[in-house]
Amino acid sequence: MDSALLVHRLHFAFTVTFHYLFPQLTMGLAPLIVILKTLALRSKDQHKHEIYNQSARFWARIFGINFVLGVVTGIPMEFQFGTNWSHFSRFAGGVIGQTLAMEGMFAFFLESSFLGLFLYGEKRLSPRAHWWSAVAVFLGSWLSGFFIIATDAWMQHPVGYAFAPDGSVQLTSFWQLVLNPWAWWQYAHNMSGAAITGAFVMASVGAFYLLWGKYTEHGKIFVRVGVVAGCVFSFVQLFPTGDGQGKMIAHNQPVTLAAMEALFATQPNAPLVIIGQPDVDQKKIDNPLVVPSMLSELTYRRWKAQVQGLDAFPPALWPDNIPLLYYSYHIMVGLGTCFIAIMVVSAFLLWRGSLFRARWMLWILLLSLPFPYIANTAGWMTAELGRQPWLVYGLMRTADGYSKLVSAGNGMFTLLGFMGMYLVMGVLFLFLIRREIEIGPAADSAAGH
Amino acid sequence: METLWFIIVAVMLAAYVVLDGFDLGAGVIYLLIAKTSDERRMVLRAIGPVWDGNEVWLLAAGGTLYFAFPVLYASSFSGFYLPLMMVLWLLMLRGMGIELRVHVDNPVWREFFDVVFCASSTLLPVFFGAALGNVIRGVPLGADGYFFEPLWTNFRAGAHPGILDWYTVMAGVVALVTLTTHGALYIAVKTEDELAGRARKLAVGLWPVQLLLTCVSLAATYYIRPQVMDNYRDHPIGLLVPVVVVGSLILIIWGARKGSDLAAEKLAFVGSSLYIAAMLVGAVFALYPMVLPATDPAYNLTIYNTAAGHHGLAVGVTWWVLGAVIALGYFVFIYRMFRGKVRLEGGGY
Repeated sequence: MDSALLVHRLHFAFTVTFHYLFPQLTMGLAPLIVILKTLALRSKDQHKHEIYNQSARFWARIFGINFVLGVVTGIPMEFQFGTNWSHFSRFAGGVIGQTLAMEGMFAFFLESSFLGLFLYGEKRLSPRAHWWSAVAVFLGSWLSGFFIIATDAWMQHPVGYAFAPDGSVQLTSFWQLVLNPWAWWQYAHNMSGAAITGAFVMASVGAFYLLWGKYTEHGKIFVRVGVVAGCVFSFVQLFPTGDGQGKMIAHNQPVTLAAMEALFATQPNAPLVIIGQPDVDQKKIDNPLVVPSMLSELTYRRWKAQVQGLDAFPPALWPDNIPLLYYSYHIMVGLGTCFIAIMVVSAFLLWRGSLFRARWMLWILLLSLPFPYIANTAGWMTAELGRQPWLVYGLMRTADGYSKLVSAGNGMFTLLGFMGMYLVMGVLFLFLIRREIEIGPAADSAAGH
Repeated sequence: METLWFIIVAVMLAAYVVLDGFDLGAGVIYLLIAKTSDERRMVLRAIGPVWDGNEVWLLAAGGTLYFAFPVLYASSFSGFYLPLMMVLWLLMLRGMGIELRVHVDNPVWREFFDVVFCASSTLLPVFFGAALGNVIRGVPLGADGYFFEPLWTNFRAGAHPGILDWYTVMAGVVALVTLTTHGALYIAVKTEDELAGRARKLAVGLWPVQLLLTCVSLAATYYIRPQVMDNYRDHPIGLLVPVVVVGSLILIIWGARKGSDLAAEKLAFVGSSLYIAAMLVGAVFALYPMVLPATDPAYNLTIYNTAAGHHGLAVGVTWWVLGAVIALGYFVFIYRMFRGKVRLEGGGY
């Protein structure tokens, strides 16, 4: 692999992976904060009203820290289309410039305007106006997510374009771009994933307070809201959104599906591999644990259906890192299954009224905190590694898209710079979050607020 | 159509410089005029609710530039690779400086972010000025429309220029002084007493420097690119620009010397905003229809050889106007919410 290409790929992969740790929580928390604000508005009891409001304020502080990190790590993403991927930008800017510019005009202005009002304006605003500012922040963050997904979906499944005489692609149908079916499935799946992160984090912090025996009133609210939302979205993640996303891949990127499942040979009654290590050279799976015929059933709803394996496609069209793609996909699906189990049991205990006393379950909720992040990251790696070797599926290869005049050395220089910067930011972030959790929701406000 | 988008992008960039300019400027003078911890909080409160919204103009302008002139975006962003990455790092440090400072009430923590905020705010205008200098001077574009500029070569504006040469460094200094004054005038409007007094004094002291630099930079620009006069010769309406520049400079010094008088303070700030807008309009007026001149004129990038397809640009007009109207609504609302002098009591920063 050409080393400049590798550096530019790592550059984007590293910065976008780090970036997405923050928006997935802000997008996931935003609707939950709106729920807390709504509960506060609707409770007549003065004490309950105040507890809900304190809860909302606590999560707003967590949201605020995440939002800052999300904004500052998000700016380099837009820039990198031009700096590191200039040949891609020249080729595809006529189409994806639409969605990226719309994100700026519609989502960023909305979010940034109302965030300050939401975080610092509670005393200046009426409770209802403050509720609306929370809704505005929620809408802004979810709108932003849509425009980014629409951009990525076009790269996965290009629609509404035509070639211009200079070889670039130009938009021919705005509505096809915005209504790209791939975009809507991916958006639903991705936002549900973000909601899972938000729900698990809220439940996890609540479980921590209950186990600690401090702020238990707030802790119960966090666990209740987190478990109910987590239960709903864990199922939505599998069906219909995961199923729909999978069908998009099966129909439009069959070679990607074969690589995700490490299905080397085309066959009827194709098995589903649960665990096993793919060996691409030998074209087999070591130590496999499989469910016979399951892949055929899941993909085509017929046990005997023939599923195309990698052998049906020339190796030049295979994703270039099949083991990593396979593991990303399996980690995502495996964790998603665990999420359903955790949330179903928690919801059952909650319904029976014994969850808050079940220390073993609270421990599981507490320790589950990192896994939605891993699952979301693995999901994005599946999408992006699965698209390889294409940058725009079927139209432009990744190897043709990077900035040819930005040498590997210059790319490495800035990659190392970002690594150092993000290390510092990560440490600061963990320090601040730990501090907020320790200060807790009952303190009227953190220092300086 | 291309001309319309040229104007839109230019207006958005000018809006960015005028808006984010005052909070950058406030950062430059932050350690200089805000001595006590209360005064520092006052400065942060003056820009706190709006700085992020202001910075969004940069992102939105970048996005719109990408959308309307993808070839220009690809060429200039990869060509200015190193300085742009440094701008990104500075923007990150600055955002953290403003927002993370409030979270821990400890003098050591706050001092650290004070310095981060001030230093990044000072370096950013220099980078922005140097970027504009590069665009006016021209870059070594090849036949394929790409280039890559090292940070510096021999500091001469010759055939193999670097990002930094005598002309672009001068442009950086002009930007720094301009935005420092701009920030000082904003702080004078938003605060009271000693703090506002120091801000006004700083603006008055910097005024002769600003005047001198304006003349020197215009002369240097004519020396380095005599063609900048062509558009002014063909369309004398452009001569309104220098009139506005002179008028706004007078407004600045008149307002700043008036002392503690809100109307005068506001006029001075308006003057500074006009000055920035006029200088930028003057530059893009001179460049049009070029968007990135090349050292070899055969390879100049213009609005015509960099624009996106016609259908895309036409569709964009609809949603851009809608988006801009809504965004303006937010801005009016937010600035009204936080109008008036800032006080220390209440939540935030």
